[in-house]
Amino acid sequence: MVPIAYYLILSAILFSIGVGAFLIKRNIITIFMSIELMLNAVNLSFVAFANYWNQINHQFSGQIFVFFVMVVAAAEAAVGLAIIIALFRARKTLNVDQVDLMKL
Amino acid sequence: MHLVLFFIFGGFCVAGALNLLLQRHPINSALSLIVVMTSLAVLYLLLGAEFLAAVQVIVYSGAIMVLFTFVIMLLNAQREERTHGSRAAYILGFPGAAALFAILAFIFVQNGKSLGFVDLSPSTMVGTHQLSEVLFRNLLLPFEVTSVLILIAILGAVALARHHEPPRNQSRPAGKEQR
Repeated sequence: MVPIAYYLILSAILFSIGVGAFLIKRNIITIFMSIELMLNAVNLSFVAFANYWNQINHQFSGQIFVFFVMVVAAAEAAVGLAIIIALFRARKTLNVDQVDLMKL
Repeated sequence: MHLVLFFIFGGFCVAGALNLLLQRHPINSALSLIVVMTSLAVLYLLLGAEFLAAVQVIVYSGAIMVLFTFVIMLLNAQREERTHGSRAAYILGFPGAAALFAILAFIFVQNGKSLGFVDLSPSTMVGTHQLSEVLFRNLLLPFEVTSVLILIAILGAVALARHHEPPRNQSRPAGKEQR
């Protein structure tokens, strides 16, 4: 038997690593990947709470929400990567420190 | 058995996430993120969410991460170099993330007793049938709206990533313009 708190703590670990990677990484693609890592961590806590809620009153709305988060994450990845490609065409770099002007 | 599987795949998750943080090359980070997502699919199975486990493998580690690796290879991303901004982020980023984790872990440990244990009996397994009943009956409108959202995202992605050709009169030499 695994306590639900273990899953939540694992989710907190993954989320904190995602936050740290978001702040520390300088490559825009890696920053985007750390956002995906944070989304995954939140999804894990949603599924853990859905299991808890299912034991109490047989509802699993958390899993539905994870489904919608995945859909939005897919849309976000498509648009975000297109923005990264457009950015790379304009600046010839992926380093966020060199992308600090709104106009060339 | 459940506990052993949790620790094995939870360990894979944390190791993959740390590898994402520590690798300098984006392709190594992308591959370690695939490890994280696939181990999370196993954890979803351990929580009784079989449909989400399948969707996690297909959508996340299948579609989204393939898109990421495709973009990394398309843009020929190199190892990132340390800059002045990264040093400030090192000073602020690690303590901030550690403080966030400390707060979250404190709350979860404090209230962990009242949450109880994971129940993996057949009554709490959520199959595709049950999930689709809720999704297509109670939440039909949000489901349809997400399909419109995906369509808009595809159109936006194509419009953004399309190669804009420079206007013709600028690309031609000035001498030919006169004739």
